[in-house]
Amino acid sequence: MAYTEQELKKELETKEYEYGFYTDIESDTFPIGLSEEIVIAISKKKNEPKWMTDWRVEAYRVWEKMKEPEWANVRYQKPDFQAISYYSAPKKADPNKKLEDVDPELLEMYKKLGISIDEQKKLQNVAVDIVVDSVSVATTFKKTLAEKGIIFMPISEAIQEYPELVRKYMGTVVPTTDNFYAALNSAVFTDGSFCYIPKGVRCPMELSTYFRINQAGTGQFERTLVVADEGSYVSYLEGCTAPSRDENQLHAAVVELIAMDDAEIKYSTVQNWFPGNKEGKGGVYNFVTKRAICEKNAKVSWTQVETGSAVTWKYPSCILKGDNSIGEFYSIAVTNNYQQADTGTKMIHLGKNTRSTIISKGISAGKSQNSYRGLVQVSSRADNARNFSQCDSLLMGNECGAHTFPYIEAKNKSAMIEHEATTSKIGEDQIFYCNQRGIDTEKAIALIVNGFSKEVLNKLPMEFAVEAQKLLEISLEGSVG
Amino acid sequence: MLKIKDLHASVEGKGILKGINLEVGAGEVHAIMGPNGSGKSTLASVIAGNETYEVTAGDIFLDGESIEDFSPEERAHNGVFLSFQYPVEIPGVSVTNFMKTAINESRKAKGIEDMPAKDMLKLIREKSELLEIDRKFLSRSLNEGFSGGEKKRNEIFQMAMLEPKLAILDETDSGLDIDALRIVANGVNKLKSKDNAVVVITHYQRLLEYIVPDFVHVLYNGKIVKSGTKELAMELEEKGYDWIKQEAAV
Ligand SMILES: Nc1ncnc2c1ncn2[C@@H]1O[C@H](COP(=O)(O)OP(=O)(O)OP(=O)(O)O)[C@@H](O)[C@H]1O
Ligand SMILES: [Mg+2]
Repeated sequence: MAYTEQELKKELETKEYEYGFYTDIESDTFPIGLSEEIVIAISKKKNEPKWMTDWRVEAYRVWEKMKEPEWANVRYQKPDFQAISYYSAPKKADPNKKLEDVDPELLEMYKKLGISIDEQKKLQNVAVDIVVDSVSVATTFKKTLAEKGIIFMPISEAIQEYPELVRKYMGTVVPTTDNFYAALNSAVFTDGSFCYIPKGVRCPMELSTYFRINQAGTGQFERTLVVADEGSYVSYLEGCTAPSRDENQLHAAVVELIAMDDAEIKYSTVQNWFPGNKEGKGGVYNFVTKRAICEKNAKVSWTQVETGSAVTWKYPSCILKGDNSIGEFYSIAVTNNYQQADTGTKMIHLGKNTRSTIISKGISAGKSQNSYRGLVQVSSRADNARNFSQCDSLLMGNECGAHTFPYIEAKNKSAMIEHEATTSKIGEDQIFYCNQRGIDTEKAIALIVNGFSKEVLNKLPMEFAVEAQKLLEISLEGSVG
Repeated sequence: MLKIKDLHASVEGKGILKGINLEVGAGEVHAIMGPNGSGKSTLASVIAGNETYEVTAGDIFLDGESIEDFSPEERAHNGVFLSFQYPVEIPGVSVTNFMKTAINESRKAKGIEDMPAKDMLKLIREKSELLEIDRKFLSRSLNEGFSGGEKKRNEIFQMAMLEPKLAILDETDSGLDIDALRIVANGVNKLKSKDNAVVVITHYQRLLEYIVPDFVHVLYNGKIVKSGTKELAMELEEKGYDWIKQEAAV
């Protein structure tokens, strides 16, 4: 017997968020609320030097006077910043432990996340730093990297071990005063990753951080700082998940990339935070500031696959400061049910002969809203700057929205800026064609969506591309009918 | 193999098929001809399970079993193949990837594991040679930017890959140049066996010189108004449809 459309729809609706489990590990959590005392307490808990504490306090004072931004095309209940706990560490975690010493329940959790460390070690040549709630739990491959002089460790450790490096670069790309969430992050960030690639070194493996919010009522404020010294190369991956919860969890990260002369950084993100249930309850608020600075001949590529979060506010950007530097932004943003995403990039052309490419693929289903917001700015000194932007939207059904907000500010006459935009719908004739070849509707949509996203998927490292494809499929389940 | 009984179908309340009766046995080739808008493509779509059309009366049987409740993909899994009059473009999905998915989805439905990559490759090589298709072509996005003739040849390539029990070719000949027509028709003939059947929808006698039908039917105004052997096709080529229309009006 065949499924009726109704039956099919119903079955699909009951498919749940795959990573929606909660691991019961004992954790050490601060009381809720935010104050200067809490900020100082976090710093103390982490044994930070005085300059770090002062930096946080200064950020906190700035944040206190700031207002939450409202210009994005998203609507949500503003988080109550006094109802969040700003520090939560799995109690048994100790970054200095060997893998064998790690809490078996934690290891079990990694397994559920599909990132069994052993497997990673053997198969993927990926060094992983895992941040659960607010603390880095395990870093693999440290030794191999150390031989090349590469530093890859939790930022809290880096503050202890390489204070001068961290101090020199932190906040130079995203200053504490940059925006509301960046200021908040600067005050209360609890962990994240630090990565330094020495001059002329090509990092031999993908570096990866896996973030997960586990504890209820906590916020995650991680801070990532990647410094690629002259002529070096690194590819960095970041993946995120969170358990399903009714309340909204807050995630406000800051990522700073520094690509010095002739250096190249590839930064890939697969973001799969809990998107809320199909009525729009719960889900992660993902308010992220990501920015890169490119010196002479440097290149930075941001690639992101955003399928999760209830609300996303995120604009990975490039400041093309050095002559001949290159900025790239490849993005797939999927929204389903009641998800809202306002994402895009800023390409700031300061140097001569700077080039930027923006490829954005927005896929909206259900009652979701998906906005692309992008700024291409060419300063008066930036002779011969080039930009190419392409924003494609794919709509599924009649209740979702796709919006494009391209801003162009060119102060140099030699600038060449191209912008292309398309909006399409998945046609019934396409679905029927696939059906006729034996491909059911769910799979057909996945196929069509993958085809639509191909230019961006191709930019991801192999292992990640496969995962991202699966993720696209999962996120759009239940959007048929 | 295929039995259609008093089939009525409509779209948006408008009747298009008005009582089709047709029986196609294993090993047979049937041709369906008829003027534009008579309902040929609609019949093909309804057999394939397109839900745009509402079946208001009658039934379709495949190997004696009613397929009324079968979804389009289930019909495909049961060996129904439709070569579309207007093949659809799917940007970013290569012909190879599309075929791989189609084959493995059908296998999955039958409880068979995915076809090993080695076998898939061999199959692709074999079938693309049969239809004289350049391998480079197979990495292109499905039907995107294909010429009219290329689309049709690609439909038959897919048919060759899927080896259906019942193949319905809806105007596969239109758009093909003379050489391509021969290649495609040869391909279809090579795939023919005593266990499968082919229904060709065409406007032209030429195709039927290559793919010789056992029966020819004329569809007019949603009904099969005349059936005969291949001579009927010749007669139509000569005389057009007016005499059929007059006969039907009586
Ligand atoms: N989806 C639809 N919506 C409205 N009318 C339709 C639809 N599909 C078919 N029709 C109508 O049904 C009739 C039969 O169409 P069909 O495509 O089956 O004809 P055909 O015999 O294949 O013609 P041709 O030889 O031109 O291909 C036509 O009048 C057509 O306009
Ligand atoms: Mg037709």
